[in-house]
Amino acid sequence: MFKYLFAKEDDIPQGTAAVLFGFSSIVWFIVGTGLGSFNAAKLGFPDFVTGSYAFAFGHMRQVHVMTVIFGWILGAFAMSWMYITPALGNTKLWSEKLGVWTVVSWNVGLTLGLSLLWCGLTSGREYSDFIWPIDLYIAFFIAIPMAINVWMTILTRRTQGIYTTNWFFAAAAFMTIIVFLVGNLPEWFHLTGLNEAYMTWWFAHNILGLLITPVAAAITYYIIPKITGNPLYSHRVGHLHFWSLVIFYSTPAAHHLMGSPLPEWLKSFASVEGVLILVPAMAFVCNIMLTMQGRWRMFVENIEVRYSATAGLLAIPLNMQGGFQQTRAINWYVHGTGWIVAHDHLALLGFSTFAEVSAVVYGLQTLLRRKLWSYSLQNFHYWMLLVGFAIYWVTMTIAGLIQGAGKVFEVPYVDVVIAEHPYMIGRWFGGTMVFIGNWFWLYNMYMTAKVGREVPAGRQPHELAYEN
Amino acid sequence: MAFREYKLGAMFFGFALSFSMMITLFFPTLYITDHGTPDDYGLDKTLTYGRNSAFTYSDPLLKQTNEPIKAILKVDPADGKPLASPMTVYIYQPGDPFPSNVVHPSILTGDIETLSVNTGKIDAANVSQGAVFTISHAVMHGKELPFIQNLTATKGWQANQTLAAVPDHDRSYAAQGRTLFEREGCWWCHTLLPEETQDWETFGRPPLVGDLNGQSPTTFGSDRKAPDLLHVGSRNSSREWMTMHFFDPRLVQPHSIMPRFDYLWGKYDASGKVINYAKWRKEYMAYYTGHTVYPPAVPIPAKDSEARHLIDFVLDLK
Repeated sequence: MFKYLFAKEDDIPQGTAAVLFGFSSIVWFIVGTGLGSFNAAKLGFPDFVTGSYAFAFGHMRQVHVMTVIFGWILGAFAMSWMYITPALGNTKLWSEKLGVWTVVSWNVGLTLGLSLLWCGLTSGREYSDFIWPIDLYIAFFIAIPMAINVWMTILTRRTQGIYTTNWFFAAAAFMTIIVFLVGNLPEWFHLTGLNEAYMTWWFAHNILGLLITPVAAAITYYIIPKITGNPLYSHRVGHLHFWSLVIFYSTPAAHHLMGSPLPEWLKSFASVEGVLILVPAMAFVCNIMLTMQGRWRMFVENIEVRYSATAGLLAIPLNMQGGFQQTRAINWYVHGTGWIVAHDHLALLGFSTFAEVSAVVYGLQTLLRRKLWSYSLQNFHYWMLLVGFAIYWVTMTIAGLIQGAGKVFEVPYVDVVIAEHPYMIGRWFGGTMVFIGNWFWLYNMYMTAKVGREVPAGRQPHELAYEN
Repeated sequence: MAFREYKLGAMFFGFALSFSMMITLFFPTLYITDHGTPDDYGLDKTLTYGRNSAFTYSDPLLKQTNEPIKAILKVDPADGKPLASPMTVYIYQPGDPFPSNVVHPSILTGDIETLSVNTGKIDAANVSQGAVFTISHAVMHGKELPFIQNLTATKGWQANQTLAAVPDHDRSYAAQGRTLFEREGCWWCHTLLPEETQDWETFGRPPLVGDLNGQSPTTFGSDRKAPDLLHVGSRNSSREWMTMHFFDPRLVQPHSIMPRFDYLWGKYDASGKVINYAKWRKEYMAYYTGHTVYPPAVPIPAKDSEARHLIDFVLDLK
């Protein structure tokens, strides 16, 4: 890897940056889910590794969150940007060298930021927990170089139009920079009071809504048509998805702070815009499901399609929850409870993780020109991920409803803690399943790179039959 | 550059995003600034916590340095004579950064700003010399209002001199404890935001905009796995209970899932003896398994220990 940092652009094999991002994201996924499993064990068994500064729950809780978001989710996005953008423009990545540099700066920055967070160096703001020097580093050494590579690849494309996926990629790269620079103003200019609280949640809402949601959806817009061979059902519904996402997803940030003294007009506005999130959501789900028409057989037979289509299917409960749980009547009951934790995992471990696994599995095969080493192992990973996630989601949803009832009916808090205890163990069990499954996935990708069957020139990996 | 056919789209995109930011950022900021006038409670919070309680230049490692001390003053620091009635003062020693609403009085808004600057002389406060603040009251435009008074300018009380006049049991290290609240991640389970439910009956009233005036970060918390703490000091003001609860929550609440924070005690207890954690845990296990009747005694935290800071913060949450 390091030899390419100072190599000439033409001497770097195409796809190097994407392959490196792919493997680094899988490793971070293992680290992140391992931390999640460890944290969940502490909630289920409170005297497990206790009274230690180094392994305090309060330090590690957010390290888990930031590892899976920045290491896994955004790492897999970076991989997709590095190989899907040029593929859709019928060209090569604008600068492979910049891509390799971004891999290095990404991993160095993330390791540094997470280590500091683990030591307790926090900005005290959820989702922008990294201290502001790390935020500056992320903006100028990761987000902006990445965006430049994506935009320049699109500008130097050799197709006339720009495919749907690439609109989302280019727009998300732009919106991320804006959201990052504006959302961190409380830290950079020491904003105070309710402005600080609101800006923090404006950042948290938009970094999820304008980066993770569109990019994960855009990945399925690539994978499903590419592998099934069906063209995207509707370009125009894609337009609807894109524009309604920009408008309806960028406005409801205040629904995260319904209990705070924000102006009532803002809460009502955010609540209405929050329900309208169903517009891009339905456009997306319909488009993907209708693209699958006549090829549902591949949902069973093809593992990449299965991951992607599962992401599309999980987007249905995700958005039905997301659209309505933020209205006052429901928010009153579920806010701050495990229900929301379950919802977060439905978005990140359900919807977007499934989309990204398909992108990483398919991308590594395409770039390394090798067929997946073992279908069975990948199938095992799929089921560990799905069942582990489902156990997590169900237990945390039930725990959340118990907490909500406790909140509304004034149950002494310790009785809520007692009632939740079995579900805390269930959450640990589900999360640990995901963690174990990921090791098998990493092994499978490693073996694919080493001994996977070579894809003959002129063929695509999905055209070949699985062997194991 | 084959971008021409997307020019209109790019322009509309910029318009849409700017419009959304105007509604979701610009207008709310105007409202919040307009409605952010603090009362006694809000002024007390900011003066107690100082400028910033998480990562900052003046305390990069979150070691609780350069933060103010809240104290109950019973004697005049200048001549040592007893005061008519005790007063709450906020002592900023030289180098401790002032909260935002002292540095930028416009955050205080309206008459409170005028009173704090003209009568309270907060603009005369100087970080390099330190300052002593208090909350005073005056009538302006027919209304009694609280304002910040800089006692260093109005009475000539120096920070170090004032601190020396306050015995340790009248000092509260709530600002230092607030830093620990963030560093130790208390807010990942305990919120500081009673919600619009029967929460108000159990956990007290929710914050008003002015209650947060000048505070940063606000750390409302979002994932409540434990009781809300915004007014915990009003529900439970027992220092003994807090001490036991932080050392091992299961001593006072057998079903608690809170982690132990015994490591905040540091090496020595209040009497200067080395704390033997291994021995304590062994004795606790004997109690836990029913071999002894009483649990081992919890060491009293040293005066400058992190445990004391955190307990002071929690008891100050009135």
